[in-house]
Amino acid sequence: MGEKMSRVRLLVGTRKGAFVLTSDGKRQRWDISGPHFAGWEIYHLKGSPADPNRLYASQSSGWFGQVIQRSNDGGKIWEPVGNQFAYDGVPGTHQWYDGTAHPWEFKRVWHLEPSLSDPDTVYAGVEDAAFFRTTDGGQTWQELSGLRGHGSGPHWQPGAGGMCLHTILIDPSNPERIFIAISAAGAFRTDDGGKTWKPINRGLRTEGIPNPEAEVGHCVHRIALHPSRPNVLFMQKHWDVMRSDDAGDSWREVSGNLPTDFGFPIDVHAHEPETIYVVPIKSDSEHYPPDGKLRVYRSRTGGSEWEALTNGLPQRDCYVNVLRDAMAVDSLDSCGVYFGTTGGQVFASPDGGDHWDAIVQLLPPVLSVEVQTLS
Amino acid sequence: MIRVLLPYHLRTLARVDGEVTIEVEGQATQRSVLDALEARYPTLRGTMRDHVTQQRRPFVRFFACEQDLSHESPDAPLPELVATGAEPFLVVGAIAGG
Repeated sequence: MGEKMSRVRLLVGTRKGAFVLTSDGKRQRWDISGPHFAGWEIYHLKGSPADPNRLYASQSSGWFGQVIQRSNDGGKIWEPVGNQFAYDGVPGTHQWYDGTAHPWEFKRVWHLEPSLSDPDTVYAGVEDAAFFRTTDGGQTWQELSGLRGHGSGPHWQPGAGGMCLHTILIDPSNPERIFIAISAAGAFRTDDGGKTWKPINRGLRTEGIPNPEAEVGHCVHRIALHPSRPNVLFMQKHWDVMRSDDAGDSWREVSGNLPTDFGFPIDVHAHEPETIYVVPIKSDSEHYPPDGKLRVYRSRTGGSEWEALTNGLPQRDCYVNVLRDAMAVDSLDSCGVYFGTTGGQVFASPDGGDHWDAIVQLLPPVLSVEVQTLS
Repeated sequence: MIRVLLPYHLRTLARVDGEVTIEVEGQATQRSVLDALEARYPTLRGTMRDHVTQQRRPFVRFFACEQDLSHESPDAPLPELVATGAEPFLVVGAIAGG
């Protein structure tokens, strides 16, 4: 898409509200609106590919629970829509941290994924992990319970951040095929629009669980695909960066020369399906960049060989994290890459990662970043 | 007429300023007041009590007449001063968190 006539709109969810950042195709000057829903946690906002002015936002609070907001004008005016996420049937139990059975309890919506073709259809990934759908623009939500009911649900266990369904990827060539990921159960795929699911974790290896190569029990942090090649998946696991060339049926490690293969986000360049991005983070438990240097790593070979991208990023005394939903790419000719930090910065690169600028510096901790490329 | 004072974030969500007043048919109880409140402001459904179980959310409290009514039965009559509109029914967000 040409840069002269285009605009981009960043949708930024934070611990204390949502922000909408807009720029022209040069992506050098940004207008910032917000905070919307001030004081509430905004885990995620996303626009409909079928109607870019239709936006959905997940607004939640430890006091007042879950609210879903919808905008029909690109984020200027918002209306609350339905917020009832009721598990289908008797919810049953999953494993608690101590291994005991714990009833499924709805806590919040982590991720909203609008349908590729219908602005009124949206999928929601929630905590405790389940997959919901609305077909009426968010007024009502129904669980597609085949995911929890496929058999392994009672053995799922929460990660440190809760048992969340955080990633939803729709195959553009076959919308009946959807990939999801759950911490700490793993990745799953449906080929029938969400009725039935299978775990797709073969090749993942997780030390510290009884069977390191178990069918479920892996802490997948994020998966990503390029729309032109939806059988190729990239994964940032708790540890390990992984790749699948068969729609998740098998995985192999492509961490290569990364300084640490722990991290949260992973994304794919808009025009180069073998160019991928991660943000290596020091762990266990520190969860900040190694050596205080914030570096995005880019591979142009689909993994295994990585280069550090540092131009414009802080290279000393930087101890922020980048969360799993806080990276996005636009689809302009020169692909823009964006990410937000727990320190409240949003960084943008208009040239695929070669040069970075902080386009805003002092927001609340950033939970999610999405970008819309508008003509 | 029942006077209800909502916490700041719920006033914002319901798009109201200050106290709201509602009419309750029959006896004024927590349940009848919250039912009437949610009927008038549907966006408040699920924010004070669970959609299904109707249990009070843990960090939401109900006060009136300098009493904490949070642990009273939802079907217990509210104080007469609330039922007559002399005193407001307070929905309070517990002071906690960051």
